[in-house]
Amino acid sequence: MNKLVRFFLVIAVVSAVLLYAISSLNSSQGYTGSNTLTVFNWGDYIDPDIIKRFEKETGIKVIYETFDSNESMMTKIEQGGTNYDIAIPSEYMIDKMRHEHLLIPLDHSKLPNLKYIDNRFMDLPFDPQNKYSIPYFWGTVGIVYNPKMLHGKKITSWNDLWASNLKNKILLTDGAREVIGMGLNSLGYSLNDTNKQHLIEAKEKLDTLTPNIKAIVGDEIKMLLANREASVGLVWSGDASEIMSQNEDLDYVVPKEGSNLWFDNMVIPKTAKNIEAAHKFINFMLDPKVAAKNTEYVGYSTPNKGALKYMPKEVVNDERFYPSPELTEKLEVYKNLGKKNLAYYNELFLQFKMHRK
Amino acid sequence: MENKLTRSLYRIPYLLWILLFVIVPILLVLYYSFFDIEGNFSFINYQKFFTPVYLKMTISSFWYAFLITAISLLISYPTAYLLTKTRHKQLWLLLIIVPSWINLLLKAYAFIGIFGTYGAANSFLKMIGIGSRQILFTDFSFVFVSVYIFIPFMILPIFNALDELNPTLLDAASDLGASKWTTFRRIIFPLTIDGVKSGCQVVFIPALSLFMLTRLIAGNRVITLGTSIEQHFLVTQDWGMGSTIAVFLIIIMVLIMLVTGTRKRGV
Repeated sequence: MNKLVRFFLVIAVVSAVLLYAISSLNSSQGYTGSNTLTVFNWGDYIDPDIIKRFEKETGIKVIYETFDSNESMMTKIEQGGTNYDIAIPSEYMIDKMRHEHLLIPLDHSKLPNLKYIDNRFMDLPFDPQNKYSIPYFWGTVGIVYNPKMLHGKKITSWNDLWASNLKNKILLTDGAREVIGMGLNSLGYSLNDTNKQHLIEAKEKLDTLTPNIKAIVGDEIKMLLANREASVGLVWSGDASEIMSQNEDLDYVVPKEGSNLWFDNMVIPKTAKNIEAAHKFINFMLDPKVAAKNTEYVGYSTPNKGALKYMPKEVVNDERFYPSPELTEKLEVYKNLGKKNLAYYNELFLQFKMHRK
Repeated sequence: MENKLTRSLYRIPYLLWILLFVIVPILLVLYYSFFDIEGNFSFINYQKFFTPVYLKMTISSFWYAFLITAISLLISYPTAYLLTKTRHKQLWLLLIIVPSWINLLLKAYAFIGIFGTYGAANSFLKMIGIGSRQILFTDFSFVFVSVYIFIPFMILPIFNALDELNPTLLDAASDLGASKWTTFRRIIFPLTIDGVKSGCQVVFIPALSLFMLTRLIAGNRVITLGTSIEQHFLVTQDWGMGSTIAVFLIIIMVLIMLVTGTRKRGV
């Protein structure tokens, strides 16, 4: 008995010492309750130097956490028990969160730098008058490919992927809307199509692509493509620019049938504890010089008009990442299709994944 | 009287734990499985489970889990047996267990590098003249990596069972003229069957619901029930369907425990 008591005593003492060490470490770095800002963002989606600069300029400590899908982000915010002050969801998710009252309206008077955002990206259907969200980055979905490994062959359309000489050469991003959307686009249907017949048609068309598909993967796709594990990949434009900066042989194309145009936006979720600091952060990110530096790091396209002049000309004029108005016309923004349709998309995607060669 | 009271007091934390972290979650899973995606009470998820898509998934999960368990067993039994014969048993055992301390994701990423087109495995194949093959994103790589991960969990119980085996029994067997094979078949194996059973349980049940490896190593070419649960909870947010699959997994696991469990009643 005596031994047992001593054993528990030791555990209690060790826990107390560790707890004290953690709290004193935190306070020595400035992480006290009222002075922190918790940012919930996609992985590798901000220049770490910018966070350091923000901390230095404002004295606010930033806690940075990441998610890998809009849905998992929303689930975490919906469940509560978290205190994210800033989150960066995509447009259809903002529509959904707005309807489920998960967002706090923004105070535009605290965001003077809002004037730098290009008017094209303001007041979009998913959030009229930008009541809840401010654009962070935008981009497209397209194909990254290695012309050298394809013996100089060019890819310009979705249907090029079905070519018989691409056997086992394609990597897909693990996203239901992106992959099913590719099927829909290749058939000339809308990316927001909810007609079951069309969706089944798209899925059946995708099934015939199976022999060409090597794998369906997550974020690893960047590493795999840069390392020449496969020669073609379905990716978001920002991933493409990152892959291309690692391996110069690769090229990116937005297929001529059209594709997805998306926006990631900064919002203040209802879990926020430090709304004042959240506004400061958004405004800081909108500063043209900060936005330019961040864009250079992340590689996606910035909606910040003021930032363009601080960026290299060859980036700003690159039509692959800042597409011409003609192509932009053909790009579609995802609509929030509702849980039921989304479930159907995922069901088809699951069936497509299970389809064996 | 007082002794009885303190004894029941000591029981409280244990009972609370069981209630809060075992019984309530299982009941919640059961509860959620009766709701469709719009939050209405229905049996649609159970209907859906018996469609070809999910049945096929269940069968393929079973098949892979079976393969993984069988191969692990085939490798582990001789290994455990050899281990009991070595001089520094504990040291060798430690060396086998050490890799299981490393994070699963880390190991998976390492295998992506090894099995990749330009990885070590392929350079070796090229060197011996077979030439480059696709290894990553195949059934082979999936089973290989899973077996690698589960082997320590299979070796441990078998090793313990073999180690406890009374060596005089073996001497007796050989004195009575049993061949080595007969000794193994009639004495060693029956006496270590409990270790084999618990090893199989520890491997088969998690293998049934593996999900991270199906994406990283099999490139989503292998879809198990675990993958599908993850997708229903995190992507589709169809908690009902996810829970229904979980209910079936729980049922299957209980059945497996009953079949492979040791019947020690009356001892």
